[in-house]
Amino acid sequence: MDNAEHMQLIYVILTAAVATFLTRIGGYVMITQMKRIPPRMEAALNAVPAAVLSTLVAPAFLSGGWDVAVAMLVALVIGLRFSSLWMLLAGWLVVMAIRHLLV
Amino acid sequence: MTKDDFWQGVRGGFPVMVSAAPFGALFGALAVDNGFSVFDAVFMSATVYAGASQMVGLELFGHNVQPWLIVLSIFAVNFRHILYSASIARHIRHFSGLQKFFAFFLLVDPQYAETEKRAERGEPVTFAWYLGFGMIIYLPWQIMTLLGAIFGQMIGDPKAIGLDVLLPIYFMGLVLGFRKRDNWLPVVAVSSLASIAAMRFVGSPWHVSIGAIAGILLAACMPLSKRHEEPVTLEHEV
Repeated sequence: MDNAEHMQLIYVILTAAVATFLTRIGGYVMITQMKRIPPRMEAALNAVPAAVLSTLVAPAFLSGGWDVAVAMLVALVIGLRFSSLWMLLAGWLVVMAIRHLLV
Repeated sequence: MTKDDFWQGVRGGFPVMVSAAPFGALFGALAVDNGFSVFDAVFMSATVYAGASQMVGLELFGHNVQPWLIVLSIFAVNFRHILYSASIARHIRHFSGLQKFFAFFLLVDPQYAETEKRAERGEPVTFAWYLGFGMIIYLPWQIMTLLGAIFGQMIGDPKAIGLDVLLPIYFMGLVLGFRKRDNWLPVVAVSSLASIAAMRFVGSPWHVSIGAIAGILLAACMPLSKRHEEPVTLEHEV
């Protein structure tokens, strides 16, 4: 990373910090101002985290290699019952086993 | 009295700190792996202080995504905090302006959940308690980021120790954490397929915004449900 890129990263982090703070104070400000969010908008906002995060998961599943895909499938099954710390541990064990014992 | 409240908060936040610590270290290690310096990693943890969105930010930065899209994504992942700050407003009305500023800065998922629970039990939500609870999570989060980043610098090939698989699995865990929400499965399916298609035909980093917009539009067009759910809390998450 060169200097200009590094400065850009610092700006991105600072802007993200301000944006995050706005989400943390925003509800307080809104509740003293506004009555209600329209239901369609609320449904859209509700979908934002799952929609954004899915776009980070699905391509990784296809492009990460078969070992990563297997690890992700195992982690998915674990994740239906257990916390994400167990998902990470299971996925990591699977990928390490494939890379160091099988291949 | 104030001192007691502070230490009561510290004790209450301790288990949260323990469960968040590995994620702090993970963030530090992955940040360095994605081109951050040790300083950048701690700087982000100290200023943004929202684990999931920090992971999203560094993943996008590693893919050379446009800066505005990185900030927008972090904003989107943190959007749930708006609900938190709206909902705890009634419990912290007696805080001074400066105290409110710090309170909102420290408003992570478990902080919100515990504040609500405390108010529900009828115990006073004092600033001393709130600060104690917040500090025992905030300060270790920085230390763990630092340790993770220093450790991450020493790793030659992240693939050899399986680091590359952790971020997608972490995000998958977050996606699963929202599975009680309305339209969850259709949104996840549409966003996933749209992002894969966009990756192939448009290219990275556009697959993120195209996939996300597809799922959000779908949710806006789906039939509305009668019930309005509580925001889903991710208990491990800072």
